[in-house]
Amino acid sequence: MDPFASIGQHAARLRDGSYSSVELTRFFVDRAREHADLNAFICVDEEGALAAAEAADARLRAGTATALTGIPLAHKDIFCTRGTITSCASKMLENFVAPYDATVVERLNAAGAVTVGKANMDEFAMGSSNENSRFGPVRNPWDPGRVPGGSSGGSAAAVAAGLVPVASGTDTGGSIRQPSAFCGVSGIKPTYGRVSRYGMVAFASSLDQGGFLGRSAEDLALSLAFCAGADPRDSTCSEHVDEWLDGVAENGVGNLEGGLRIGLPREYFADLSTGSELLDAVAGFFESIGCSLEEVSLPHTSAAIPAYYIIAGAEASTNLSRYDGVRFGYRCENPGSLEDLYRRSRSEGFGAEVKRRILTGTYALSVGYYDAYYVKAQRLRRLIQRDFLEAFETVDMILAPTAPGVAFPLGELTHDPVAMYQQDIFTIPASLAGLPAMSLPCGFHQGLPIGVQLIGPHFAEKTLLQAGAAYQRETDWHTRHPEAG
Amino acid sequence: MASIEIAHLCRLAQLALTESEQAAALADLQRIIAMIDEMQAMDTDGVEPLAHPIESDQRLRPDTVSETVDRDHYQRGAPATRDGLYLVPRVVE
Repeated sequence: MDPFASIGQHAARLRDGSYSSVELTRFFVDRAREHADLNAFICVDEEGALAAAEAADARLRAGTATALTGIPLAHKDIFCTRGTITSCASKMLENFVAPYDATVVERLNAAGAVTVGKANMDEFAMGSSNENSRFGPVRNPWDPGRVPGGSSGGSAAAVAAGLVPVASGTDTGGSIRQPSAFCGVSGIKPTYGRVSRYGMVAFASSLDQGGFLGRSAEDLALSLAFCAGADPRDSTCSEHVDEWLDGVAENGVGNLEGGLRIGLPREYFADLSTGSELLDAVAGFFESIGCSLEEVSLPHTSAAIPAYYIIAGAEASTNLSRYDGVRFGYRCENPGSLEDLYRRSRSEGFGAEVKRRILTGTYALSVGYYDAYYVKAQRLRRLIQRDFLEAFETVDMILAPTAPGVAFPLGELTHDPVAMYQQDIFTIPASLAGLPAMSLPCGFHQGLPIGVQLIGPHFAEKTLLQAGAAYQRETDWHTRHPEAG
Repeated sequence: MASIEIAHLCRLAQLALTESEQAAALADLQRIIAMIDEMQAMDTDGVEPLAHPIESDQRLRPDTVSETVDRDHYQRGAPATRDGLYLVPRVVE
């Protein structure tokens, strides 16, 4: 069995009887155990996975299988899974067993996918290096001395090391795209509202969006096809109908239709030192297949990080007020009073970065600062979105770097939160604007993967995924994997 | 930058930090807010705030029962319960 095979390749082998889902699942469970040093998983659910695999094999025999039936995958530990712990990598939820499945989990289960385990992450998805986990940092499979990126670092490392073909993730300011770039895998953050947030532990509700990290644009499209779409349990989940996406499982991603007009935002390339020649090569590829290139400007890019840390902090401070030690989650020992119970449960249950974000948000929302910070950030958010909408009047897609550099050494930025926040400079703007964005591997710098980011107009996942698939048909960066095998 | 009253913020956020933790949090917060204050130089006069990336009306659903509450199931993860109630330290003496 090839640990680096695509979903489609595994699905074909399952159908022709080369191996069963039980055999494939056991193979990946064993690999997850053998690579425990990467710390990509918070838990591996062998029993549950094998039971799901047996059910999948029955469906394969009965001829009722979908394109995902019997395919092992991992869920970021922010997605609620009934019956197993959903910790969000926090002491606060260390023993929390969700009473229901997230919509993403429910839909993938219904398709017959097999959940191997829950992937490690930054606590409550707050981080860019996966060093903020209650369960310790995840290591980058390309260099175990370096970070995998974050916050979906466990998902990225698991896919990169061949521990699963695909993994779910969430992206609030870059948490799918940046770890995809750092680990040399493909990752998509769909349009805000494309995927239901029901059962996805909330960080910043106007930004959070579920998506996938996988081996190729084709695999991302397939996974997304089974999860996207309206959900009566999330009123912010869009009712947008996408016939193309509905047909992906049957027809594949398809060919890029016509030559795209591709925008290169000058603000993203101005100071880029690492990997700019690799991005030029990607742009050159698109030109060679009939696309046109044009420089565009997104003049409010520099406001994105400040605006984001106000908005995300404000929403986080509100969302995380639910952790009070009363109804679920961690409770301190021997509380002397109700106030003491609230305060000590929260102080002992949350890690340092989560407290920093809560305090930043509390500051921005407090009397006297609300207009100067929160409202100001929201005005900038509109200007940032307007930059994109104006650019999309003349181009169909934007091509940009995913991250300013390659994966950095463990511990390098942990004592400097502001330097850590700068890692998200190229991913945050699309998050604030609610746009779909994808990262694809496009080469190496000193042996470490580099990602190219494609950003499209709202609900233009088709453009991104067809462009990504076209690129991956002619290049092989996405098939490279770390030597450790 | 305006001054940051860290003890007040901790009270608002229901966080109990020791003095040394408060000092460290204050130092971090001062650097974070200084970085954020770079946005103050940008002109946003006359710009409507954007609260949500996909602006549309909130949908209403038919007013019919669609969910059932299984209290015992939901309370299984609670730190302390009795007779279906959540237990907390005595509030009224």
